Amino acid sequence: MIEVKDLKKSFGDTQILKGITTAFEKGKTNLVIGQSGSGKTVFLKCLLGLFEYESGSISYEGKNFTKLSRDEKTNLRSEMGMVFQGSALFDSMTIAENVMFPLRMFTKQSKSEMEDRVDEVLKRVNLDDAHNKMPSEASGGMQKRVAIARAIVNRPKYLFCDEPNSGLDPKTAIVIDNLIQEITEEFNITTVINTHDMNSVMEIGEKIVFLKNGLLEWEGSSETIFRTDNEAVTSFVYSSELFRKVRKMYLEESE
Amino acid sequence: MTYLHNIGTYFIMIKDIFRRPTKWSVMKPLILKDIDDLIIGSLGIVAFISFFVGGVVAIQTSLNMTSPLMPKSLVGFATRQSIILEFAPTFISIIMAGKVGSFITSSIGTMRVTEQIDALEVMGINAINYLVFPKFIALTLYPFVISIAMFLGILGGLMACVYGGYGTMEDYIEGVQLDFIPFHFFYAFIKTFVFAFLLATIPSYYGYFMKGGALEVGKASTTSFVWTSVMIILVNFLLTSLLLG
Repeated sequence: MIEVKDLKKSFGDTQILKGITTAFEKGKTNLVIGQSGSGKTVFLKCLLGLFEYESGSISYEGKNFTKLSRDEKTNLRSEMGMVFQGSALFDSMTIAENVMFPLRMFTKQSKSEMEDRVDEVLKRVNLDDAHNKMPSEASGGMQKRVAIARAIVNRPKYLFCDEPNSGLDPKTAIVIDNLIQEITEEFNITTVINTHDMNSVMEIGEKIVFLKNGLLEWEGSSETIFRTDNEAVTSFVYSSELFRKVRKMYLEESE
Repeated sequence: MTYLHNIGTYFIMIKDIFRRPTKWSVMKPLILKDIDDLIIGSLGIVAFISFFVGGVVAIQTSLNMTSPLMPKSLVGFATRQSIILEFAPTFISIIMAGKVGSFITSSIGTMRVTEQIDALEVMGINAINYLVFPKFIALTLYPFVISIAMFLGILGGLMACVYGGYGTMEDYIEGVQLDFIPFHFFYAFIKTFVFAFLLATIPSYYGYFMKGGALEVGKASTTSFVWTSVMIILVNFLLTSLLLG
């Protein structure tokens, strides 16, 4: 479980996060949504320890991140997996080498053990014939799946994804969403996803946190988001005609 | 204030190069790859430039020796001194600031832009050690490149002198051996080691701490070349004053 209390972060005179308090439960797919500039990416990078924050706290299983020693932070980070918006694959390595990289860095496994684990994970993301391809030879959807494979290869406790569906066609986006949700349940990990994609919100949002101007405006689930009358949420989530119709149908059916 | 901040960040980066080292099994191939990219990959251009500049130095010296009282062996002497003291360590280092420095800045800068450095940091890896240390170690072989530049520069001078009709081989070789001071080699290699350190760290700094997108990678490479060259010239002046002054 990840607990965030009164998190504040500024760049110069501009305050990006203005005191966010929330919690992300283990084994659940947690979504952070909001308009561009609402502070989602900064929030995620604070969770990952890539940005230092001015005040507040972030605790992983009760351990305050900022109070950890350097070695403890390194150990904690080795329990995190991250899927970046642009996949962030190492372009000098093949797909198999990219996936093997965390194992080479953090484990003492033999080469054959590492290769077996890479095979297993690539199979899990349906990429069992892509071992020797370079990232530049893979499509956007494949790169995202490789990034997911790299993120989970070391059996992390926490999985973070920054807009995993950006730049993907709707069908591939659903494949990626479902894959993340299955992996979350299968390995019982805490997953936090930053997204703009309303399909993801409806499909896999077990917990949804809505940020607006650096503040937590609303939190709920993919079910309660249909019933909320919070204007900021409804104007963002139901900005398209399609989603307004989906909401109307949902509400009619539930009555 | 920005300059002071940059200098401070640069020295913190240097400290971080040696902190939390990456596993040797991972580091070893990175070092070998950087030796191939930075040292072996530079030999061709260094050999070409050294050979022909050595030839030009010999021709220029010969053409400017108008007095018949000057011995012909002076061509070899002047070429040797120019090549060993300045051309090979300093001029080649400035060329390397363009070739190797731009390569280092753009490769690390591209990793920054494409979030590959963030990916390393999220994994708990000391990205500065992972990226800069192999380049630092690879460039400890830089004196090898400079030795080749020295040899080929003097050889180029010999070829130009003999085949251009500016003097005999015996005169040139006599000049090369004339008043040889071993400390000059020592001085040249001290400079080379210091320049190697600058070549590894300044371009890495500009790549690692760059902000922005693809356009900024190009700008960072240019800035890195300018500052590496400026620092080489300044350090050259300082070391020459200290060691030969």
